Amino acid sequence: MHRFLRHHYLSDMQREFTVKILAFLFFMAPLFGMAQHELNGKGAEVGKDDKRSSIKEFINHHLLDSYDFTLYTVDEENNEHVSLPLPVILWDGGLKVFSSSKFHHGEEVAEVNGDFYKLYHNKIYKTDAQGALEFDDHHHPTNAKPLDFSITKNVVTMLLVSILMFLLFRGLAKSYSKNSGIPTGIGRFFEPLVVFVRDEIAIPNIGEKKYKKYMSFLLTIFFFIWFLNLLGMTPLGVNVTGNIAVTFGLALLTFLITTFTANKNYWGHIFWMPGVPKLMKIVLAPIELLGVFIKPFSLMIRLYANMTAGHVVIMSIIGLMFLFKNWIGSSLSFSLAFALSLLELLVAALQAYIFTMLSALYFGMANEEHHDDH
Amino acid sequence: MNIPEIVGAGLIVIGAGLGIGRIGGQAMEAIARQPEASGKIQTAMLIAAALIEGIGFAALFAA
Repeated sequence: MHRFLRHHYLSDMQREFTVKILAFLFFMAPLFGMAQHELNGKGAEVGKDDKRSSIKEFINHHLLDSYDFTLYTVDEENNEHVSLPLPVILWDGGLKVFSSSKFHHGEEVAEVNGDFYKLYHNKIYKTDAQGALEFDDHHHPTNAKPLDFSITKNVVTMLLVSILMFLLFRGLAKSYSKNSGIPTGIGRFFEPLVVFVRDEIAIPNIGEKKYKKYMSFLLTIFFFIWFLNLLGMTPLGVNVTGNIAVTFGLALLTFLITTFTANKNYWGHIFWMPGVPKLMKIVLAPIELLGVFIKPFSLMIRLYANMTAGHVVIMSIIGLMFLFKNWIGSSLSFSLAFALSLLELLVAALQAYIFTMLSALYFGMANEEHHDDH
Repeated sequence: MNIPEIVGAGLIVIGAGLGIGRIGGQAMEAIARQPEASGKIQTAMLIAAALIEGIGFAALFAA
């Protein structure tokens, strides 16, 4: 009995010891960073601040659209990048088309038929031959901005996804007719998704009678947003759905379709709400009218903010690796970045689903038949 | 960013978090009561959460 107890006691102590070591390592992790900091003295502190601001700058740069498709940087100091120049198309007293390689990543002034243009914070300004910019009090350039129709990184990505989707779904449709309605190959992966959009999104929200009219739009927008979100997760460094202009375009489509396919019940509910006292009808009309615009606006903001926030969080945590500079902190932030990437995979699909779902909901509202219950 | 903006952003996050947390909790309770209705409950939960999130983000941008 005594021996058993002692044995038990020992194994308990061993376990406790292991837990203590693990806890010690866990809580010491930030201190290792600090210790190294102290050793390197003041020089390291300056270096860290430098690094912090350069990480911030990198994240900001990643979130924005750009005029070339930069894959990676070879030498930061000499401004050497491996990148794909894209066409810049400007309308400035006539059409001007030139390659974005003329800007040399914002270092140089591009000269086109006697006019000079310079990149400043990813925007094109018209300048003189030296590329001098004039600033106002808020440090915004006051130089003229030409009308910009350039094929930027985001435009290229969207075109690629469109072509991919066209080929993919054309092929799927063909394989169905060839194989008498049984999916083959990748169709086995996509058929459940298409059926999901139809049975879980379109039919419950729009109704059996009218859902067919909207299916093409719902499917397109679902896969378009999903593919773009997934592409944002790859190291290509594109952030298309995190661009408010893109989400504005998508939300605008939903708004236009809702507005132009709406029946008289929809407008009746907005301007002359049935079943409430007359005074309330007058009060409700402007609120409901405002709601018409708030609905697509919230679609736009939601997708943009979700994707931007996701990218910022993941990139900040990846950036932490370079700040820690020790094996515990860096491996912790590596595993955190991995876990968050998995979460972002879920968010990518969820945001596509929610956008499609709410679009279907709005289409359903626009097509509601008259009820007797109010 | 100065202090009022940060405090405002924090308040927004508290509000949105409480709202979405309540939706999630109530949805779980509802699914536990009626597991066969889980599909419908999930859909309604996601829509409500998305609406709150939309307001939250709009406020965050204003802050």
